[in-house]
Amino acid sequence: MKLKKKIPVIDQANKFGFWGGKFGGNFVPETLKKPIEDLEILFNKLKKDKRFINERDKYFKNWVGAPTRFIKLENLSKYVGGAQIWSKVVSDANGGAHKIYNATVHCLLAKRAGKKIICGDTGAGYAGKMLSMAAKKFGLRCKIFMGAKDIERQQPNVKAMKRNRAEVIPVYSGSQTLVDAVSECMRFWVANCDTTAMCVGSTVGPAVFVRICGWSTSQISRELKIQLLDEFGSIPKKLKLYNCVGGGSSSFGFWNEFMDYDKKQCEFIGVEAGGPAKSKKHAAPLTYGSKIGILHGAAQYVNQNSEGQIEETESISAGLDYPGISPLHCFLKDTKRARYTAASDEEALEAFKLVTKFEKLRPSLEPSHAFSVAIKESKKLSKDTIVVVNSCGDAYKDRSILQKRLGKKYVKSN
Amino acid sequence: MLNPISAAFKIAKKENRPALLTYTVAGDSTKKQSLEILKSISKNADILELGVPHNTPVADGSQIQTSAYRAIKNGIRTIDIFKIVKDFKKFNKTKPVILMGYYNMIFQYGENKFLKECKSSDVNGLIVVDLPWPENTKFAKKCKKKSIYFIQLLSPTTSNKRLNKIIKYSHQMNYFISMLSTTGGKLKVSPKEILKNYKKIKRIDPKKEVVIGFGITEKTIGKLRSADGLVVGSAICKEITRSLKSRQNPVTNVGRLVKKLKNKIK
Repeated sequence: MKLKKKIPVIDQANKFGFWGGKFGGNFVPETLKKPIEDLEILFNKLKKDKRFINERDKYFKNWVGAPTRFIKLENLSKYVGGAQIWSKVVSDANGGAHKIYNATVHCLLAKRAGKKIICGDTGAGYAGKMLSMAAKKFGLRCKIFMGAKDIERQQPNVKAMKRNRAEVIPVYSGSQTLVDAVSECMRFWVANCDTTAMCVGSTVGPAVFVRICGWSTSQISRELKIQLLDEFGSIPKKLKLYNCVGGGSSSFGFWNEFMDYDKKQCEFIGVEAGGPAKSKKHAAPLTYGSKIGILHGAAQYVNQNSEGQIEETESISAGLDYPGISPLHCFLKDTKRARYTAASDEEALEAFKLVTKFEKLRPSLEPSHAFSVAIKESKKLSKDTIVVVNSCGDAYKDRSILQKRLGKKYVKSN
Repeated sequence: MLNPISAAFKIAKKENRPALLTYTVAGDSTKKQSLEILKSISKNADILELGVPHNTPVADGSQIQTSAYRAIKNGIRTIDIFKIVKDFKKFNKTKPVILMGYYNMIFQYGENKFLKECKSSDVNGLIVVDLPWPENTKFAKKCKKKSIYFIQLLSPTTSNKRLNKIIKYSHQMNYFISMLSTTGGKLKVSPKEILKNYKKIKRIDPKKEVVIGFGITEKTIGKLRSADGLVVGSAICKEITRSLKSRQNPVTNVGRLVKKLKNKIK
């Protein structure tokens, strides 16, 4: 299995949509073959269309708010006493997280395809919130599928979706989290694909959704590359990019533009959700060596039992609480371009405490996982190493969990 | 030897009616009971589809999901499903059985091992919901080698070009999904419209059997009787759920329902 240079990773899948010959694909019911093929034709055409790209860039700049900040975490770096710790504050983006890029692009595609309704899944509620914002912006009706458990623990985002006039449909099947929301959303699309566009909220699902999402979030690394050149004059000799990985959309977007650099110069570290320290359940299929299986239309490493039933996950962070992982990350893992590890719930909370203690930055529980590993590893790294953590979400949505786990003083400043 | 599936269509044709296909979930609500249900409905059904329960089914509506979750909760494993088929075949040797499920269950069991078990337990056909053509080409060939029909799904969204290709490569039986829906959806197109699509498919290769499924109930089955075969699934799963809730015997209730269905198409 080999990663090719000079070809975007999203375009390295074979004609059946498999990366490295075995990750991804289109394991979908016959009914979805046609709508997926239509979307593929449309996306392949538009991603080469200068006018479409200009339109995307215009919305990214004026509406999403590009570029998001790239800042040095001086105090945290001093405290840690190793590498220089920086952050790409993607949570600056309109809506407070990276999910806005994929949502915007899907709505632009839906408009081009003449669809009137767009449906989407959500875990932490960001994908749903952003889709509801973009749908409102572009005049589309919006339906969001969300696990009942997630609705309860991510109320601020649920309220935001409703304010944007989206219909939030609670999903009560299975574990009542993201995995069930994605299944239910796909079922809805199976039954309504003639009038409705579907937005899969991460780099998961049938191959074309993986590609569209990766193409959209790559905005993050396009900005970062320019910011690094501005700051250092060249791409640093020792650069380490830390990102949390659930489905894998923010991390892929954070790394994409640096893919062709040697990993000795530019290392990618993906941090999965290890779940509670005392629990056997986790959402870290890459770290804990899960087997390849099929979930939501794609072959990937996925938490499952020996029979092939998908296993329940557990994580404090709803956005990472997914049993599978993007085929792109399976590919990056097996080609050894990226390294994957996990942080537990408790470690993420500790990192959140540290970051908020030293900096004016409030990463949500998802990027707190990445901060945890970045802080730990930075201690042992030289001062000329540039560590960048993608702070891809804002903690506002986590206030009830933070209050419960850490006490009131950690939610006050919001 | 003629595949029992083809034999079943022949008998139905002779009686000038469509074949009645039923779908129940293996292990719903228990291993033993699902076997008893098969026995009970086999008196009136021509072909038995047995669902391999999966916990992330992307094409099933709530009725079949409920049955599948119930079966999984009660401990059904893939190996038990073969045992159920084997035991059923001891009771009725000629009645064809089709396993229907999602690809991950086969993938984890191992394609070859799965087919070997199918052969030894006398499974006659396979429907894999999320392994469409052409992705299924290799697996379908393996099925053919074992004289097991790999049943292709066709949908209202399948283009004409694709229909022609799929049917050309298909085995003796194909499955037409009546409408854009998950299983058990309310019939949102008229039976006339469904039959129009059905006839279009049939014209491509009149020798191949085409069954219609999704949304068929006691109310609608009569209007579709000109098809080669009709599948009822969710309505049966719903009856099992209803029986369990009202503490009645699902075996006799489901047997009665299938008899009624049969009477509607006689």
